[in-house]
Amino acid sequence: MMLTWMAGFLLLIVKLAVVLFFLLFVAAYLVWVERKFLARLQIRYGPNRAGKFGLLQPIADVVKMVTKEDTVPDGADKAFFLIAPAVVATTAFLMFSVVPLGSDLTLFGRKIPLVVTDLNIGLLFVFALSSLGVYGVALGGWASNSKYGLLGGIRGAAQMISYELPLGLSLIPIIMLARSFSIIDIVDAQARYPFILVQPVAFVIFVISAMAESKRIPFDLPEAENELVAGYHTEYSGMRFGLFFLGEYVNMMVFGGIVSVLFLGGWHGPLLPSFVWLFIKIMLVALFMIWVRGTLPRLRYDQLMTIGWKVLIPVALLNILATAAIGIMIH
Amino acid sequence: MESVREAVKALAAGFAETFKHLFRKPITEQYPEYKRPLPERARGRIILTRDPDGEERCVSCFLCSAVCPVSCISMEGDEKPNGRRYPLWFRINFARCIYCGLCEEACPTSAIQLTPDYEFSKRTPLDFIYEKEDLLVDHQGKDKNYNYYRYAGITTDEGGKGEHIGEDKPVNVKSNLP
Repeated sequence: MMLTWMAGFLLLIVKLAVVLFFLLFVAAYLVWVERKFLARLQIRYGPNRAGKFGLLQPIADVVKMVTKEDTVPDGADKAFFLIAPAVVATTAFLMFSVVPLGSDLTLFGRKIPLVVTDLNIGLLFVFALSSLGVYGVALGGWASNSKYGLLGGIRGAAQMISYELPLGLSLIPIIMLARSFSIIDIVDAQARYPFILVQPVAFVIFVISAMAESKRIPFDLPEAENELVAGYHTEYSGMRFGLFFLGEYVNMMVFGGIVSVLFLGGWHGPLLPSFVWLFIKIMLVALFMIWVRGTLPRLRYDQLMTIGWKVLIPVALLNILATAAIGIMIH
Repeated sequence: MESVREAVKALAAGFAETFKHLFRKPITEQYPEYKRPLPERARGRIILTRDPDGEERCVSCFLCSAVCPVSCISMEGDEKPNGRRYPLWFRINFARCIYCGLCEEACPTSAIQLTPDYEFSKRTPLDFIYEKEDLLVDHQGKDKNYNYYRYAGITTDEGGKGEHIGEDKPVNVKSNLP
C-alpha cells in the first residue's frame, strides 16, 4: 500500500518535472519561432546572430532578463506588484496540467496516462484558471501606480472577461458531442474523426476568443505599444517582466494544446507516436497565431467589444441550439 | 450576408499576401558582412592633413571652429620660429560632430578634411574626444599638391611677400593715391 502510494507520488513528481521542463523549453523556443517566422512574413531575417540561425537567442534573452535589476516603482502597491507576474505565469502553467500529451504509456506493466491530472471537470478547470489569469493582468496594471499600466490592466480585464463567454459557449457543443467534461474523454471521442469537421463554427469562435484571451495581435489592446507603452507590464523589469512574457507564451501553448485536443483530434494521428502528433498540432496552431499576427492590425476597442458581444456570443448560442437540434434528430 | 462574404474575402486576401511574402528573399542587408557602397562624397571621420613637404597644413586660423554649428572643434594657436603658424593643440569632439563638412569648406589651407570612414564606435563618450595626434595623418588627403605657404602673401622662410607662386610684388599703397 505504502509502496504504491510512494510510486504514485514519484510518478506525479516526474510528470510535473517533465511537463514543466517541456513547457519552459518550448515556450522559450516559441519566442524564437515567433520572431523568425514573423520576420520571414515581413521579409526580414529575424534573430540570426546568437548561434546558428539565432538558436541561442532564447538563452541570451533569459540570461539578460535574469541579470537585469528588478525595480519597483515609487508609490506602487508592493505586495500586489510583486505577486501579479507570478499569478499570470502560474495560471498559465497550471492550465496545461489537464492537457493529455499522448495515449496511455505502459511501463513495467503499469499503465501510465500521459497527463498530469485527469480531472473529470478538466474543461471547467481550464476556464477557472484562465479567469484567474485576469487577476494577474488587472492587479499588475493597477499596482504599478502608472497611468499606462492602469489603462492596460482595465482593458485587459474587460477584454478577458468579455471573451471568456464566447470561449466557454463555443465549447458546449463539443461537450455535448463527447458527453464529458474530461479532456481525455473528449480526445477519445475523436478517435474516428476530429471535431473540427463537425463543429467548424465552434472552432472559429474558439480560436478567435483564445487569441483574445492570450492578448495576441489583433487583440493586444492591453499592451498596445503605440498607445500604452507596454500596457499592464510597463513598469516591470527583469525576470518579473520575463514572467509576464513567459505566461503569454505558455498561454499560447496552452491554447494551442486545447485547440488541438478539442478540435484537431488531440494525439490521434497515423504512424508517428501520439505525443509527437500533439506537438505537431500545437505548433501548427502556434504558427497560425503568428501568421495572424503578421497579417492583421490591432482592433479598436469598440470593434473588439462589438465582435465579442454582438457577433461571437450570438453565433455561439445559435451553434449550441443547432448542435442540440441535429443531435436530437439523429438519435 | 453580403458584408460577411466581403469581410471573409478581404481577410483571405490579407492572409494570402503575407503568405506570399513568406517565400520572398528578405531585403535586410546583413551589415558587418555586407557594407552598402558609400556615396562618392560620403562624409565621416575628420583628419588633419600635411602639405607635400610633410609639414602640418593647419595654421590655426579658427575658421573651422567658428563655422562649426555644434562647436565641436577647439584649438590653441602658436607660431614657429620660422614664422609659420600651427595649432599647439587641436581637439575635435566626435560625440558632438554632425559630419556636416562646413569645417572642410571653411579651411583656407585644406588642412581639415572629412574621410568616408564611419566605423569608429566607442564604449564611452570620452573616447570620442580626438586630440591632434589622433587627427594628424601623414598624407595630403584629397588635395595632393597644395601648400598654403607657397601661395600665401606673408613672409616666411619660403620667401618674402610677393615672391610666392603666381604672386605680384606688393603694390606701394602710396603710389595709387589720387
